[in-house]
Amino acid sequence: MKSIIVALALLFSVTAGAAQQSLYQQFGGKQGIADITEEMLFQVGGDERIAHHFEDVDIVRLHRLLTEQICQVVGGPCEYTGDTMKASHRNLGISTGDFNVLVEHLIRAMEKFDIPTSAQNQLLAKLAAMHNDVVEE
Amino acid sequence: MVSKSLKLVAAVILSCTSATVAANDGTRLLATGGATSIEGSAGGGIVPWATLSSYAGESQVGATAALSEVSVDDFRLSVAAASVNFYNRLEVSYAKQTFDLSTIGGELKQNIVGVKARLYGDLVYGDWPQLSAGIQHKTNQTFALPNAVGAKDDSGTDYYISAAKAWLDGFGHRTWVANLTVRNTKANQLGLLGFGGDQQDRRWQLEGSVAAFINRYWAVGVEYRQKPSNLSFAREDDWKDLFVGYFPNRSLAIVAAYTDLGSIAGLDNQHGWYLSLQASF
Ligand code: HEM
Repeated sequence: MKSIIVALALLFSVTAGAAQQSLYQQFGGKQGIADITEEMLFQVGGDERIAHHFEDVDIVRLHRLLTEQICQVVGGPCEYTGDTMKASHRNLGISTGDFNVLVEHLIRAMEKFDIPTSAQNQLLAKLAAMHNDVVEE
Repeated sequence: MVSKSLKLVAAVILSCTSATVAANDGTRLLATGGATSIEGSAGGGIVPWATLSSYAGESQVGATAALSEVSVDDFRLSVAAASVNFYNRLEVSYAKQTFDLSTIGGELKQNIVGVKARLYGDLVYGDWPQLSAGIQHKTNQTFALPNAVGAKDDSGTDYYISAAKAWLDGFGHRTWVANLTVRNTKANQLGLLGFGGDQQDRRWQLEGSVAAFINRYWAVGVEYRQKPSNLSFAREDDWKDLFVGYFPNRSLAIVAAYTDLGSIAGLDNQHGWYLSLQASF
């Protein structure tokens, strides 16, 4: 029981150390974010559960907009120039399951680039808040 | 000592850990399927959660098979369980419990059929928790001892309502999950000692769990389960445990816990270990 408490204390102190870097820096700046979104879109394209949603989409443009948006969400010096989440996902028929699959690929991409769990969670929570605007129920 | 059904579930678990394909198609996030509780419902270890078993999303059907063992000073509980989740809406589960009275001698058995329906919400998204309601119908296979110590019935049904919520970016920037369950029951020691007694009959009980995810794969948490005390022959205590959960992928969940089950059948201070393996399809 004691060892679990020690392990927990250690983990939270690791988190505190990471906090000295800004969230944007922990994502590797604009280039780091661009790499993550590229990896995510690459994985999404190969996942038959949701790939069909992106068949007629300009992926280069989507990559640019997603990168801008995430950069802005994590406090970076970027301005998102795309549409609102509600407008851009209207009538796409995206389900909560689809949303989860995209999140799963984002997590995989973040893990590939060794983004700390605490930084991942901060981004994920902000994206999860957009669930209602993206998903149609 | 290992019964046939236990062996069967073990074989199923082993064979499916290599075939990870089915569960990997599930459209829910890692660990949101939870583990299999000792009564067969998806949950933690001793508490059923509002979450439904497996990783089946809204247009999928999923299943789980699980083996659990609780080993305390004078007793040992073995559980073999399986469940099916229809469209992340309805969970049907079955569990076989064998309670080995190591010190007293003999064994008690019961089977549990569970049904749980997700009524509202989602564990991860939205401001409100996921809300589910369920029943567990329990049938004693051995009633001589429960009868002798004053239990009124050899079967009984528990009703419960559960609420569960995850905070992706909770305290310490970790993902936290909490579950609260309110249960109406007349079961003595889960029902292994029969149902109802000379002290009281049906009662409302509160059960709760809190867990923190260290990363995507590892969680630590605590559980607390209020217990009734229907039999004057022996006091029943609330149960608690401290657990570690490991979710290496969406096919496998392993939970280990240190448990405090208090007094059972007159033998006090029952402490020990809990281990549970769950395969998801
Ligand atoms: C929090 C999660 C999500 C974020 C932050 C996000 C972000 C974006 C952004 C920035 C755009 C471009 C908007 C524009 O064109 O101005 C976009 C478009 C799009 N998104 Fe998402 N998205 C999310 C979830 C999803 C999911 C789950 C799917 C489907 C599985 C999806 C499918 C699409 C499609 C198909 C487009 C292109 C629409 C078009 O060009 O007509 N998105 N998304």
